[in-house]
Amino acid sequence: MNYEIVIGLETHVELDTKSKIFCSCGGHSSPKEANDCVCPACSGMPGMLPIMNKRVVELAVTAGLMLNCEISRYTTFDKKNYYYPDLPCAYQITQLNHPICRNGLVTVKTSSGSRDIRIKQIHMEEDAGKLVHDGKFSFVDFNRTSVPLIEIVTQPDFRSAEEVLAYLNKLKSMFRSGGISECEEGAMRCDVNISVRPEGSSEFGVRTEIKNMSSFEAIERAIRYEAQRHIDALEFETEELVQETRRFDDVSGKTMAMRNKETEADYRYFPDANLMPIIIDDEWLEQIKAAKPVEIDEKAEAYREAGISEKEIEMLIHNHKLCKLLDDVTSMGCEAKDVAVWILTDCAGVLRKDGKTLAELNVTAEKLAAIIKMVNAGTINRNAGKKILIAVVENDVDPVAYCKAQGLDKKFDQSAVEAVIERVIADNSRAVEDYKNGKEKAKQALFGACMKELRGAGDPAVIKELLEEKLRNC
Amino acid sequence: MKYYAEKISDKGTIAVDDTILVKGVTSAAGSRILEGFKPLFSAEAVTRLQAKGYEISGKTHVGEFGLDLVGEFSYYGEKEDLLKGAAACLVKEKSVKAALGVDMNGSTRRAAAISGVDFLKPTYGTVSRYGVISCAASGEQVGVYAQNAKGVKEIMEVIAGNDQKDGTSLKNDGYDYTIAENVKGKKVCIIKELMEKADEQTVARVKAFAEKLTRNGVIVEEISADFFGLANTAWQILMTAETCNNVSRYDGVKYGHRAEEYRNIDELYVNSRTEGFNFLTKAVILYGSDTLSKNRYDQCYGKSLKVRRIISEKFALITDKYDAVLTPVCSKCEYKAYDIKEAFNKVFDESIFTAVSNLTGTPALVSGGAQLMGKAFSESTLLSLADCVERMGE
Repeated sequence: MNYEIVIGLETHVELDTKSKIFCSCGGHSSPKEANDCVCPACSGMPGMLPIMNKRVVELAVTAGLMLNCEISRYTTFDKKNYYYPDLPCAYQITQLNHPICRNGLVTVKTSSGSRDIRIKQIHMEEDAGKLVHDGKFSFVDFNRTSVPLIEIVTQPDFRSAEEVLAYLNKLKSMFRSGGISECEEGAMRCDVNISVRPEGSSEFGVRTEIKNMSSFEAIERAIRYEAQRHIDALEFETEELVQETRRFDDVSGKTMAMRNKETEADYRYFPDANLMPIIIDDEWLEQIKAAKPVEIDEKAEAYREAGISEKEIEMLIHNHKLCKLLDDVTSMGCEAKDVAVWILTDCAGVLRKDGKTLAELNVTAEKLAAIIKMVNAGTINRNAGKKILIAVVENDVDPVAYCKAQGLDKKFDQSAVEAVIERVIADNSRAVEDYKNGKEKAKQALFGACMKELRGAGDPAVIKELLEEKLRNC
Repeated sequence: MKYYAEKISDKGTIAVDDTILVKGVTSAAGSRILEGFKPLFSAEAVTRLQAKGYEISGKTHVGEFGLDLVGEFSYYGEKEDLLKGAAACLVKEKSVKAALGVDMNGSTRRAAAISGVDFLKPTYGTVSRYGVISCAASGEQVGVYAQNAKGVKEIMEVIAGNDQKDGTSLKNDGYDYTIAENVKGKKVCIIKELMEKADEQTVARVKAFAEKLTRNGVIVEEISADFFGLANTAWQILMTAETCNNVSRYDGVKYGHRAEEYRNIDELYVNSRTEGFNFLTKAVILYGSDTLSKNRYDQCYGKSLKVRRIISEKFALITDKYDAVLTPVCSKCEYKAYDIKEAFNKVFDESIFTAVSNLTGTPALVSGGAQLMGKAFSESTLLSLADCVERMGE
């Protein structure tokens, strides 16, 4: 039987801030010696209170923007309780209920094609310290305690180790270009959630989590080992899989059980009363957006090359739904530049009339492509295309059938149009009279009557010109 | 000396509870777990007083982490000596002008009532919590013991105001503590349900206070309000959960008490904490851990957060109508020594009078053995009411 590997990632990235997340001690690149950058706050002494480092919020939002996330305007901190000597307060300040970013999307490319990876959330938290073991003794180094981290959590969308590495490399280059983190050795750490299932199955298999790996090579080896272990268990019944946390041993190249579901700690999360909720208002968000360095984003670059304007790219790039629509329509044989106008001008226009925004657009790529193709082939003019678009947006009609039913696809040569205009002039002698007496409005009424007769077909500018000419001559 | 955990200066005029840090002076919050802990900095309230020329006399005994009735269960003091509260006694006998205490679960207010001094628990966020050995972050506040309302006002004007070192500190530079000469026409209500919880002597004391208010032209009415028990339960849940979390840093690894016997890190934790905490703190830790656990969170902690909002609304309905709420502070006029195993329930029962101000962050002033509560930032009104009664003498 063939098996499909399903992987979700939790990636911790140390942010390049000057100071720690809740105190003014130097950030992650500062320390030289053990316990160089430690104060009463980050060593857990009583009486000290956490004060939020604003820069951390800005970098987390920047990361969210780069990964096409929704940015929370209201974000709060929670405490996660567990005892370990490298955690001086015996709790970690993190975000559970209101993380700073949600619902992102990033596309990864591998030799077997490209795949969209959904980002579940990004949250801010503090790092823990380090234990240094030396024979009989263990030493605690609090330099890393309270260094700011973001944790990026994906949906279980990866299907191979190759995709995971492509994603991590992409994060790395994005975060470097964005001034978020240099992502050097140890500053980017991953927890890998992995399961396998028979190909074609929609149910997830038993999931295990491999904790805290920082080298890409280890991550790749761990995934390959763990996936094979799962497959062997299913195929040859070598063992019974249980949901558990495991660690990867670099020397043996194997993963080993750490704790299972039953012995898993209850972290007793609850809101941190020492930190007020953070409100990200429009002004602040705009500032962060404006300060966001131009990212080396392949998508934006591709759009640029396709001739899409900078302004349009800006409108598209942070909305993965629109990008996907544009890409799909383009792949059906339309020009990207053209499609961008259809989406951002025409679709937006239709929605605006109904008091809606592009976020509520639900036109399928197939239907939009059908309309654009009819216009491009000259079957209908652009105006008729827009009419069809309205019907598609509002009533989800089939564009080709609708076009036929409404007679919008009739080829109108000039003589046919002229015949209609003449008939309108003949039928509306009173309006013609008014027009001759200087009433401009009457001309508008006649033009409207022509358009109605033509059912939106024909180029309005040409019709207007012809109508004026005929009026002058009658 | 029996009231001081650590004496600093004979000339000092301000005593500071052992839950508040003074740089370089042992600050142990009455607990063995913090034995010998000398902080590297002073609490903001202390620094502000020192900057204005006030000298600190010393650190006064508190019950371990301020969790008990009035301070009777300090690791460092004799409970028989502390049944009226150490700081309150020093103020009462006029060996200091005023004292700072942390009001977290009413112990400071009860001590003031029993000793017969004033204590103000100010509006949440008006006094910095920087340098407080924190337990229940969402409702604790540094307050002031003094001989009278004027004494409270003097100290509050020094210590209140925004502090950037405390994220919960409100952005105002200062607050109004003006004491008005005339309180005629002010409206005060007495809560029937709370009067029923107090003994005869206590009720008489509150009634005497009300009588004096009436003689000053204050309108006093008795009303019925049934939410004080619910407010207390909600606060005990939040308070124990937050305390359990905040004292979890005392693990014997970094400072304070470390057990001599241990074979591994788990034993280091367990033995140090077993020896370091008293029975009451352990009860609070167990209770708090339980209310935060995965299976219980929604019905305990989560629900208490909702109750907090509802109680705030209900309490506001009363304080919108009345300038102050007059209640007993505790059920009795004195406490007798008792076994620590009874402490958790005793404190729970007595906190019915005090919990609503911690839960809702509103001010409460103890004077003449009675309590005046009001809406946020109503300290000036509460002080004025107390002052007019105090001016009438015994």
